[in-house]
Amino acid sequence: MANNNEEIRYLNPPTVDIKKKKYCRFKKSGIKYIDYKDPEFLKKFVNEQGKILPRRLTGTSLKYQRRVAQAIKRARHLALLPFVTDLLK
Amino acid sequence: MLNHYETVFILTPVLSETQMKETVEKFKSLLLENGAVITNEENWGLRKLAYPIQKKTTGFYCLLQFDAEPNVITTLETNYRRDERVIRYLTVRLDKYAYEYAEKRKNVKLKEGKEN
Repeated sequence: MANNNEEIRYLNPPTVDIKKKKYCRFKKSGIKYIDYKDPEFLKKFVNEQGKILPRRLTGTSLKYQRRVAQAIKRARHLALLPFVTDLLK
Repeated sequence: MLNHYETVFILTPVLSETQMKETVEKFKSLLLENGAVITNEENWGLRKLAYPIQKKTTGFYCLLQFDAEPNVITTLETNYRRDERVIRYLTVRLDKYAYEYAEKRKNVKLKEGKEN
């Protein structure tokens, strides 16, 4: 019972990740238009099942996230990207 | 008022090379008849589809960029729907940035064409 008040001790010093600040790649590199005809580029914004990745993972700003989503949906319509799949990457 | 448009359509793979060209010509002449100006044309050839459409796994992709009146789009899309050789189509209006991008793409293509 006496141990309860003691500080927690780790065997290894706890690793505190230095969080890398996420940034919007479109704002940074000045891309104004996201092409739906380029499935290889759009693949960066979908996961292995072909789902669109959320902003919180990619760091894209809201404005460009909407455009990415629009482009992906257009690409899917034209069968450039699958709607559902396994192991896209 | 003229707008910039871009249309991509997929033709069935059962067509022969000449039949495919004929179909593309048909849509091009349709656009020209309606007073559109075709500014760019791209033929991506036979491509694999990401998922089967009408039990077909490949298709001929074709892209046309043109300037036209908005009412032309309805006629164009009606014709797409009536033509059974077209299995998928998409028409989008190019905004300011999209147009810039499309022009750049066209110029890159022209340059490559000259070098070859």
